[in-house]
Amino acid sequence: MKPARKQRLILIGLMVLGASLATAFALKSFNDNLMYFFPPTDVVEGKAPKDALFRLGGMVIKGSVERPDKGMMVRFKLTDFNKEVTVEYTGILPDLFREGQGIVAHGRLNAQGVFIAEEVLAKHDENYMPPEIKATLKNPANPPAGQAQ
Amino acid sequence: MFLVPDLVVRFFHRMASPPHFYAFSERLMPWLVVIFMLLAVTGLYGGLYLAPPDYQQGDSYRIIYIHVPSAWMSLFIYVVMAIAGAIGLIWRIKLAEIVMISSASVGASFTFIALVTGSLWGKPMWGTWWVWDARLTSELILLFLYLGIIGLYGAIDDKRTASKAVAILALVGVVNIPIIHYSVEWWNTLHQGPTVAKMDKPSIHVSMLTPLLLMALAFKVYYAIALILQARVELLQRERNSQWVKTKAVEEGGL
Amino acid sequence: MSLQEFLAMGGYAFYVWTSYGICLVVLLANVVIPIIQRKNFLRQQGLKQKRQDL
Repeated sequence: MKPARKQRLILIGLMVLGASLATAFALKSFNDNLMYFFPPTDVVEGKAPKDALFRLGGMVIKGSVERPDKGMMVRFKLTDFNKEVTVEYTGILPDLFREGQGIVAHGRLNAQGVFIAEEVLAKHDENYMPPEIKATLKNPANPPAGQAQ
Repeated sequence: MFLVPDLVVRFFHRMASPPHFYAFSERLMPWLVVIFMLLAVTGLYGGLYLAPPDYQQGDSYRIIYIHVPSAWMSLFIYVVMAIAGAIGLIWRIKLAEIVMISSASVGASFTFIALVTGSLWGKPMWGTWWVWDARLTSELILLFLYLGIIGLYGAIDDKRTASKAVAILALVGVVNIPIIHYSVEWWNTLHQGPTVAKMDKPSIHVSMLTPLLLMALAFKVYYAIALILQARVELLQRERNSQWVKTKAVEEGGL
Repeated sequence: MSLQEFLAMGGYAFYVWTSYGICLVVLLANVVIPIIQRKNFLRQQGLKQKRQDL
């Protein structure tokens, strides 16, 4: 390779390396802001903001969904398979909301440590399969690949 | 260089010459169109008709057959563009500059399609058109990078200078590519994790995966078609004073 | 499966078909625009040549 070309190659390499390093440092310092939601463990341990709106994400515990006043208000428990947080929400739930499904709720904690949600979004998993296959996979002996979180 | 067979070297030298590229691409075009049609028709038939509905998302998941291939292409084209930019900067090959700038509009289109179809998928499934999570935000930044590249190229009159400026912008923007790919693993996002590009086997049923891969191939071939068409316009404009373009204008100018 | 069922997409017709429609329009535009540009360019250059030759 001619010296002039080699020099340009090195210069480009350094430029890309510099840009990557700068971005890496920037992302590292803003890491917390890039998290879209807090897991229940952070909330129980008091790492989530108090008296402020934030997002809480986790899996709806099977059998925890109830409608206490038979109205629009839904109460359910969210888990990250470590800690649990109770969530209350009044409004229309997305199509994918169901027990055992991941969701992200936007709202704030009340004095009793219950998360009062203003908005509930469903987080679908990365598995795609026909309903019949899902039915055969219901057998707990062989859980679907990637289902364990 | 002596590791590469002489024939290959000669092929690339010929291809780097504008009139040869122009003639060669003209002969290649019908083949590409036929391959694209075959792939797209079988992919769409498999995806929209043969593939079963998803166990949770029903038929709405069929957006995957354009959303995911578009998103893959948006990253792939950016990498091609940046590599072509680097080749243009280092070796000053005119054709590399043309491949770079001709890729930008196709890449921007795929990024736009990925964002819009993702939004149309997110509304019924997640319950929202848009969220500012790491995956969606970094993909939006990619669209702005593409638009910035197109804008910068248009703003500088001398196209060789413009190519250098654009190549530098494209190379700096490369850092965004791994961020988009790994965003769903590095941070909590509303967007789910990878389905196909996983270390263990893909978590998508084979009847749904096959059309997805066919569509991904179809989009790759489409990129080749769109790139060649755009590159030929770019070549003609840049070489407007050379003899082969003048001859072509007299032949095909419809006079 | 009837055509009606196919078009209904299990109730997600709007989202699915809008996605495919937008995709089609954008991809077509990326092919049609350069073809028109090339035709126009060659016509202009051809006219210029002709004028110079006169």
